[in-house]
Amino acid sequence: MEILVCVKRVPMVGGKIVLTGDGEVDTRMSGFTISPHEECAVEEAVQITERLGGTVSVLTLGPPAAADQLRESLALGAGRAVLLETDGREWGPMATAAEIVAEVRRRAGEGDGYDLVLCGNEAADTGDYQVGIRVAHALGWPSVTGIKSLEVTGTAGSGERPPGPPRGPEGPVTSSRGLGREPGDGGTGGWQVRAGREYRGTEESFEFGLPAVITVKEGINLPRYPSLPGRLRAKRAVIERHEPTWQDEGMRKQALRVPAAERKQAEVLGTGADAVPALMRVLEEWGVLP
Amino acid sequence: MTVLCLVEHDASGVADASLRALSFAHGLTAGAGVAAVLFGPADEVPRDLLASYGATEAHVVEPGHLPGYAPQAWARVLAGLATQASASAVLAAATDRGNEVMAYLGAIMDLPMAANCLATEPGEGGTHQVVRQRWAGLLLEDAHLDSSPALMTLATEAIPAAAVADPGGGSGTALTVHPYQPSLAEGDLRVRATESAGHTSGASLATARVVVGGGRGVGGPDGFAPLEELAGLLGGVVGVSRVVTSEGWRPHKQQVGQTGTRITPELYLACGISGAIQHMAGCAGAKHIVAVNTDPGAPILSHADYAVVGDLREVIPALVAALRARSASP
Repeated sequence: MEILVCVKRVPMVGGKIVLTGDGEVDTRMSGFTISPHEECAVEEAVQITERLGGTVSVLTLGPPAAADQLRESLALGAGRAVLLETDGREWGPMATAAEIVAEVRRRAGEGDGYDLVLCGNEAADTGDYQVGIRVAHALGWPSVTGIKSLEVTGTAGSGERPPGPPRGPEGPVTSSRGLGREPGDGGTGGWQVRAGREYRGTEESFEFGLPAVITVKEGINLPRYPSLPGRLRAKRAVIERHEPTWQDEGMRKQALRVPAAERKQAEVLGTGADAVPALMRVLEEWGVLP
Repeated sequence: MTVLCLVEHDASGVADASLRALSFAHGLTAGAGVAAVLFGPADEVPRDLLASYGATEAHVVEPGHLPGYAPQAWARVLAGLATQASASAVLAAATDRGNEVMAYLGAIMDLPMAANCLATEPGEGGTHQVVRQRWAGLLLEDAHLDSSPALMTLATEAIPAAAVADPGGGSGTALTVHPYQPSLAEGDLRVRATESAGHTSGASLATARVVVGGGRGVGGPDGFAPLEELAGLLGGVVGVSRVVTSEGWRPHKQQVGQTGTRITPELYLACGISGAIQHMAGCAGAKHIVAVNTDPGAPILSHADYAVVGDLREVIPALVAALRARSASP
């Protein structure tokens, strides 16, 4: 089972978001982390390969410092890391997806095609909700988003992985032939998934064959803490680097701003248990007491 | 130029989020037509309701043609209708399904998709100026969307549902319903939902009238019993911050926040919660917030109406005692 997990480096924000003079999120005091849903995607991938064998590759598109987030993922159990190094400009979801597709094709061309691509449901910062689906569509693979439970069953099939080079022009293709995998249901053998999520208070589930792209939500698992050997391995690991070219894609950010919310400051009702009578009066007034 | 709007159903009929999306679409067309797109039996289309929120037409895909939820097939329907009607925009509420279907539509049409929009204005040459949410609404982005049609999902919790003054453009005509027969592509039905009948939980955090929140200040997995007792007395449920679920103290389904549940209670009583923005993104819909915190400088105090400064292990039992005394005395 070869799994690619796509993660994003995002600012670690605490009590409030501050913008710098040029309108970007101020990270001087905060640092960066992996976007939360994607941390769970790494954990899920590691758990799957612990059960079924195989390798977890982790990929990010970002500035050179995004290597930190790849090493965090390596410390959690990923075995291989790919940095699509940018000049720090923000990339949109279409161009990002196209570069992930290029990596999937590259890997297939090397004879080690991915069976599964995992992403987060949405990035904490930009919240575009679409990179995974765009990747799947370009590859002709099935995809589903917001997954909170995932079961993989089956076998690697015949074990043959035709290494043929990517076929057809760049851009959307409707078949994954040439990627060493036959997508969808109805194939013989191979891996099957059952992916579940909540939908308005009920569980809904989806079943299809791999290869596929699945985006997950926090709560699908509880990510482990990195082990000491994991950290050491991550520190020594060699990160594969590519330098993709930024593409304009029809939606351009002009500015970020903090919404003009009314600034509140709570009125202090009192200290400790002595404040309870005042609190009871407030709750009474609001009509929330039974 | 027509604007298409995906209309979803929930247990009560047309989803409230979709009515808000229709209102938004009506505002965008400046009185021209809004075409609702629905999946379900044509004879169950609530014509008057849709018309009263600005729809002039409804394209309906019947279950015989496309049973159940299949995101790529739904997007194929929207793509077909957008081309057929030369739509200037295709909109959906930014629900889980709305974002998913619109992402597929962006992929199928090879066009950008602006998620979680709050406002838009037509710009030069068919372009759109949009305001959209980032960081779950904690930041706003002004963006230029150069795409025809413009594909957007709408952050409907921040958009009012407004019935229009002149349904049917003032002509008094009812909504016209067009059955639509989709022509699906290979693979469109590979991913289809199977819904289970069972509900995932009892009292839902998302719809609870009272939520008692617990954060790091609760101290550990054993500290939640008083919060549960308090929530029970108030007819509410317990919600927790992200640190509580990432420490494994409580299950993730109780998390309130950007990566958990968005709550909309009358009262949110946040105990031992510092007020990280990822948490506050989940309780922006609370009508009243009271914070119980040992630190009078905690960020939560700048989001709360009232605060009690103190240890929740002292305050909560006292509040429980006061509530019990109140219910004991007539």
